[in-house]
Parts: sequence; C-alpha cells; structure tokens
Amino acid sequence: MNLLQLSSAMLYTAFILYLIATAFFGASIKVNKKENKKSLSGTIAITLTLIGFAAQLGYFIARWIYSGHAPVSNMFEFVTAFGMAIVLAFIILYYMYELSVLGLFALPIAMIIIAYASMFPTEVAPLVPSLKSHWLYIHVTTVALGIGILSISFVAGLIYLIKGIDQSVATKRTTWLEIILFLLVVFVGFCIVTVTFETLDYHAEFEYVENENTIVTDYHMPPLVSPKGGTLLTENVMKPFISAPGWMHGKDAGKKFNTLVWSLIAGAILYLLARVVLRKRIGAAIQPLLSKVKLDLLDEISYRAVAIGFPVFTLGGLIFAAIWAQIAWTAFGVGIQKKYGHLLHGFSTLHFYIYAFHAAGMVKNLHGYP
Amino acid sequence: MNRIKCECGHVNPEGTVLCEACGKPIEGNQHIDGNDGKNILNMRYDGTARRSLTYRKSFVDKVWGFFSSVKVGVWLIVIALAASALGTIYPQRPHIPANAISRDPAIFYEQTYGVTGKIYYQLGFYDLYGSWWYMILIALIGVSLVICSLDRFVPLYRALKKQKPKRHVTFVSRQRFVSETENVTGEEIQKVKESLHKQRYKISEEDGHILAEKGRFSRWGPYVNHIGLIIILIAALLRQTPWFFLDEYVWVREGEQIVIPGTDGEYYIENKKFILELYDESDEKFRDALQKQGELVPKNFQTNAVIYKKNDDGVIGAESSLDKVIEDQIRMNHPLKFDGYTLYQAGYQLDEFSTMSFKIHKKDDSDAKELASFTVDLTNPEKEYDLENGYRVKMGEFYPEYYLDNGEPRSKSKYVRNPAFVFYIYAPDTSQPEVSFIGIGRNIAADDNEYKLGIINYTTHDVSGLTVRKDYTLPLFGLGALIFMIGVIQGMYWQHRRVWIHPQNGKVIVAAHTNKNWYGLRKDIEKAISQTTIHEVIDRQELDQRNETKGGKS
Repeated sequence: MNLLQLSSAMLYTAFILYLIATAFFGASIKVNKKENKKSLSGTIAITLTLIGFAAQLGYFIARWIYSGHAPVSNMFEFVTAFGMAIVLAFIILYYMYELSVLGLFALPIAMIIIAYASMFPTEVAPLVPSLKSHWLYIHVTTVALGIGILSISFVAGLIYLIKGIDQSVATKRTTWLEIILFLLVVFVGFCIVTVTFETLDYHAEFEYVENENTIVTDYHMPPLVSPKGGTLLTENVMKPFISAPGWMHGKDAGKKFNTLVWSLIAGAILYLLARVVLRKRIGAAIQPLLSKVKLDLLDEISYRAVAIGFPVFTLGGLIFAAIWAQIAWTAFGVGIQKKYGHLLHGFSTLHFYIYAFHAAGMVKNLHGYP
Repeated sequence: MNRIKCECGHVNPEGTVLCEACGKPIEGNQHIDGNDGKNILNMRYDGTARRSLTYRKSFVDKVWGFFSSVKVGVWLIVIALAASALGTIYPQRPHIPANAISRDPAIFYEQTYGVTGKIYYQLGFYDLYGSWWYMILIALIGVSLVICSLDRFVPLYRALKKQKPKRHVTFVSRQRFVSETENVTGEEIQKVKESLHKQRYKISEEDGHILAEKGRFSRWGPYVNHIGLIIILIAALLRQTPWFFLDEYVWVREGEQIVIPGTDGEYYIENKKFILELYDESDEKFRDALQKQGELVPKNFQTNAVIYKKNDDGVIGAESSLDKVIEDQIRMNHPLKFDGYTLYQAGYQLDEFSTMSFKIHKKDDSDAKELASFTVDLTNPEKEYDLENGYRVKMGEFYPEYYLDNGEPRSKSKYVRNPAFVFYIYAPDTSQPEVSFIGIGRNIAADDNEYKLGIINYTTHDVSGLTVRKDYTLPLFGLGALIFMIGVIQGMYWQHRRVWIHPQNGKVIVAAHTNKNWYGLRKDIEKAISQTTIHEVIDRQELDQRNETKGGKS
C-alpha cells in the first residue's frame, strides 16, 4: 500500500466514523433526559468524532507527503478540507457548549460535503506555475477553516428554525424551511446518482459547436438534456428529452445542466419518499427531537460561530488572497480563478459582504449591535 | 445651544435622550430614540445626543444628516459593488490582451463582443475604476463612513466617560434585564460584587449604588474598523494616480535589450533566456491526472533577466552607459524587484521567427542550385538586399502573421509567427524585377519568371511577456487591512456588559445591559447571585414579545 492508497483509506475511515458518531449523537439526545448530565452515548459520539477527525488529518498529511504539496490545490482537495474544517469547528464549539444536537446536524452536513468532494476528479494533480506558492496553502486553508466555522453558524441557525417554527399549521415559514431541507437532500441525491452511474460506467458522447469550435463532451449520466445543438454520437443510449437553453454558455454547460436535473429528480424522489414514510413535513418530524434545546443557546452558538468565523474568513479570503495576488499576479486573483472557477470566488465575495453587513448589525434584532 | 440640566446636576447637550450621568430620561426628547410608550429604553447609543438627529434645519445639517444614515451608506456600497461587478464583465482597458485585434478600445470591444461590447465601451465601463464617477462614488462612501462614525462615536464616548454608578431609578427599572428583591443584606451585595469582580468586571460605587462594567473597549471596534476601511479607500484612490501606481506590459525577445516602459527611459531589461518546463507524463505520481487532462501541463515559466540603469554622468550630450542593477530569474510567484519596480512573468510566445535565409535559383533547375542568398532579420527587416553575383532583392510586402482574408493576404498581428513576403528579384542582366511570393509552405512565382526563391534556413526565439508594476499604495493597504482586522476582532469577540445594583426604598434593583450576547450576560449574573437571595433577572423583551403575540391572537 503506498501513501496515496493509505490516504484514501484514512478518508474513507473518517467518513464511516462520522456516520457512526452521528448515530450516537442521535441516541444521546433521546436517552439523556436529565439536563447537564453527560450521557455515555454522547461521550462515545464525540470520541468517535475525534478519532474520525484524526483519520481525516491522516488523509491530509499522507496526501501532502505523497504529492509534495498541500492537498488544497483542486476542487476535491479543497472541498474535503472544507468538510474537515466543519468537523474541527464543530469539535471546538461542542467543547464550548456541550450541545449534542449540534453533532447530529453538523456531522451529516460535513459528510455530505466530503461525499460531494469525491465526485470531483480525485487524482493527484501537479501544481501549475501560478499555484506554486506557500500562499496557496495559507490562503486556502484559512478560507476553508473560516467557512467551516461559518457553517456551524448555519447548522445552529437551521436547528433554531426547525425548533422555533410553529409546525402546527402550514405557513410560509414551514414551506421555506422545507425548501432548505430539500436542497440538502438534493446534495445527497447528486452523490447517489453520480456514484450509481459511475459504478455502471455509463458513457454517452455528444458533439456540438461553440464559438466555431467542434467540441465532444462525454456524459457520465444518461442524457436528459443535450448540449445546445448537440448530436448524440454513442449508440444504444437514451435519447435526450430537451436541449440546454441557448443562454447557457461555458465549458460543458449542457452536461452540467443535465447533472443538475438528475440531482433534482433524485432529491425529489428521496424527499417524497421521506414524506410518505414520515407522513408529515420533515421539519415537523425532526422538531420533537429538539424539545430540550434552548433557542437562546442556539442563537448564541450561531452568533459565536460568526464572530470567530468572519475574521478568519476575512483574513484568509481577503487579506491573504490579496497578499498572494500581489506576489503572483498582476490583476488581483485572475490566475487562480481559472483553476477554481469564477463562481466559487464570486460567491465567496458575495458571502463576505453578507457576513460583513450581518456583522455590522443589520440583523440587530437578533444579535444586538456592535 | 440649549443645554439641558438634569436633576442630578449634570448638564447635557441639546438633543440628549438619557442623561449622560444618571440616565434619567429627558422629557420631550423620548421620541428621538422611540422610547415613547415602550417599557424598555433604547440603549443603542446610550441615549446620547446625535448631531444628525438634533439639528436638521440648515443645509449643513441636512448634508450631515444624509451621510450619517447607515441606510445611505449601505446603498452607496451596494451601488459601488454593482458598478464594480459591471467592470468585470469584459476586460478593462489596461487588460486588453496584447494579441487582440486592436488595442484601441473603440474597436476592440465591438469587434470582440459585438453589440454588448459596443454599449460597454460607449457607457465608459471599459475604464471603470479610473472613471471620475466611480472615484466620486468611492469618495462618497468614505465621507459616509467618516460622518456615520463621528455622529455616533463622539457622543457615545462622552456618555460612557461621564456615566455615574448612581443612576436614576427610571433608568435602571426600564432596562431589559431587571429584578427586584426585598430584604437584601449588605453581605449579599458584597458577595455579588466580589463574584462580578472575579469575572473581570470593573466595579465602581457611589452611595451604595454599584456599577459593574466590562468590555467597554469593544464598543470602539466598529470605529477602529471604519478607520481601517477609510485608509483602504484612500489607498484605492491613490492607486488611480500615476504617482503611486504604475502598470505596464512589455514583450522582450530573447537576447533583446530594451527600455522598460514607465521608467522614463531610466531602466533597461535584457532577456537572456525564456524557459518553459512541462510536467513529465511518465511521472508516476501525477500520471493519472496528466493522462486524464490529456494535454501538456506546464511546470515553470521563467525569464532569466538582467536589469540595467542608464548612467548619464550628468554631462549633457555625453554618451550614456548602462550599469547592471540586478540579474535574476523571474518566475510566476517569484517576481523581480528593483528600486521600487516589480516585474512579473505574465505571458510568453514560443518560437517566433528571428531570421530567415533565402536563396535564388533558376525556376527550371531541378537541383535548385543556389545563385545567391540573403538573410532577413525579421525583427528589423531591410528594404533592399544587394547580393553576390550582381543580384538584388527588394522587399515588397512583409506579413508577420500571414493569413488569407477573402483572398486578400493580411497579417493578424505584428508578431512574427507565420511570416510571408512579396519579394522583387532583380537579376544581374535585367532591369525589370520578377515578383515572387514566399512563406512557410507557400512559394508562388509568376508563370513567366526565370528565377525562384527558396527558404534555406531560419532561426527562432521565445518572447517573454512581463508586467511592470510600481505600487506605493501597498503599505497603506496593509495598514488599512491590519486596522480593519483589529476593529473586527475588537468589536466581535468582546461585548460591553454593564450591571447596576440600585438600592431603592429597602429593595434592591438589579439591572443589566449588554450590546449583544444576552445569553452570556445572563450567565454572568446567575453566577454572581447564586449564593444570595437576590432574584434572577427577567428578560423583559421576551416578556413583552410574548404579551404582544398573545394580545395579537386574542
């Protein structure tokens, strides 16, 4: 077994441990009737989480040694690091507040993120010249840590909503909460669909013309949507129902849209199944589990996570990024955006402003003022 | 100015809502902070007199009032963000690619992006960040930040400085956290005091009234943060001026020595060699990824460069010499710095033709025996070449990057990537020239020509694209970012908590206020009163809300 295989095995181990830990966190909030008393299952749960985190750290170190550069250089590595940061942030906040229910939500979300990461190409890729800098490690790890901590704020906020929203009648609020939960299910759907067709080794090739270039694109999922003006090259596969709209440009727009449609369908099926089994809204089904959680504590965790996460994110995403850009490029951030995608950086800029306004007291009714 | 004297003896400025010293609500001013008909006092700026809310008559008042509004500030930022986003749709003028159809914005945008490009150009978005209206927008944000901060900081600082431990009873009993307990002993109060002191509260006392306070400095966080932002905005504006910021691009051929643009002819660069390294596809570590990618992955772009400085020796008219300043390798992530300038590896062009050698031979000679030969320096071609044996060649046309545009020969750029020529050949015994067209893979001689041209040799070179930068705003950006971070952390990690213990007619009122994290404040109080009979504080906001919703439903 070489270091790369060891590294993959460690990541897999971490994933399984998080899964088991989630079950124990679930058990601990049911069993533990008395307040302020640690349950056995809670202790087991956090211990498993710690071992899982150590395993994931092992993945990180082993991959680093093997490749010779920190594993934060492509989407698989970055998103995995993000998942790891969520777990780390959870562990810190768990020891600050001893709230088991946080684990019940944070770990599955970290797992979804790690699973999502492994849908990207996982091969060890060499660094292109623009990424050869220590600032790559510093910038990306700080950003991952920052958004990992901010994710805990999201988790606490989600629990707040599930607990706080009146589920006795269907309202706008219950609908929006269901939409948020549905979107989480869509991520699960995406992973299931991807793994399924990956296992079946499905291929369907299309040929289409963009900007006067003939492009061949290889679908790994049955084509529901063809590229705009694309012709199917592979025989004996499903015929697409529709063609991607013309305003969708960019590399593999049709393929990406196809994946999105598949994920939404899979998510919808999973969601409907859950509704049929539970016979009520998912929010309403989870709510009774949260009977002992205090709303103001959740609010406090949510605020604390932002208070810690925002400066870290600012430091990593803005200041370190600017320093690196100063060393490496002439136009701020142009080079790396090609590697990571404009969208990622666009969204993180947007989120920075949202959090900045948030921190500046726009939501003063919830958290006070600076 | 109509100063307001409170019954505690303190003189407050006009427009004060709560007395700076004792906190007693000042009659007639309660509408300003919306305290009318509410149980809980608005403590946001401690009921201080804000200029923007007090004076609203004169023109200056109105301008001040406009800029002190957070809403206005947020809108200015949103507009600036939207404008900045527009500026990223197409490349800005300095970033028009060097190999573009034309670097003239009037042509480039329309030619490259069609109608939307034309509109983009006409609306002036092609030079957005240097445009006067964008600068004004940034300046307005700066003004808004300064006025917003001053309007709030100055009175808040005064009030927190002047506050007294002995508060007016209305002030304490109208706080969000309040409890009233009868028969409290002095011993118990002492215990609370000690516990609060242990929790790092600063205790001050006046006639048995106690104020416990901690984390006041966190209230200054936003203002520190704004100072950082203002410094960053100033740096951003200075960056638009040629004195603080310079951004040029230069192509340097291997072996060439040219003046560095933007240095007033003071500095020269020599490109010794350009190096492009690729990853080895058989490398075991990266094999899978490289094969999947299916294309060559670069490992290193590097220019070995020498920088020279012109030395005039102060003698006018004297021949100037070049002194070597530095010799170094310029790589990505490893720029070359000298005397305030920075050179970045930004682009490259491989295998441009440097010279091409031709020979003349008889058209019908199957051996193509050389009658005469000449070499064209493609970077500096001559008009005419006098050859051995009396032959003469005139250059008619030179297409550095030849292509056929509807049957018309044209050049895509001035870079010698695919040269083609029209030559006039003068044989020794004729006065009428023969016309020949020659390029890579093309060789056309007129039908009645006696002579023909052939390429015998060529040499190539690589070209380095370097960005030249001078940026004196960096330390300012760094300072601004540092102050910004300090402010963010100062305002977010800590909270300003105050607890008042107020004896009143045999009862003890405990009241508390914090700017945020009420949960933490409640924990502090619970700990402080745990060994006493003092009641836990009630959260009146929660009570009020509950009453409101109940009232609403019934």
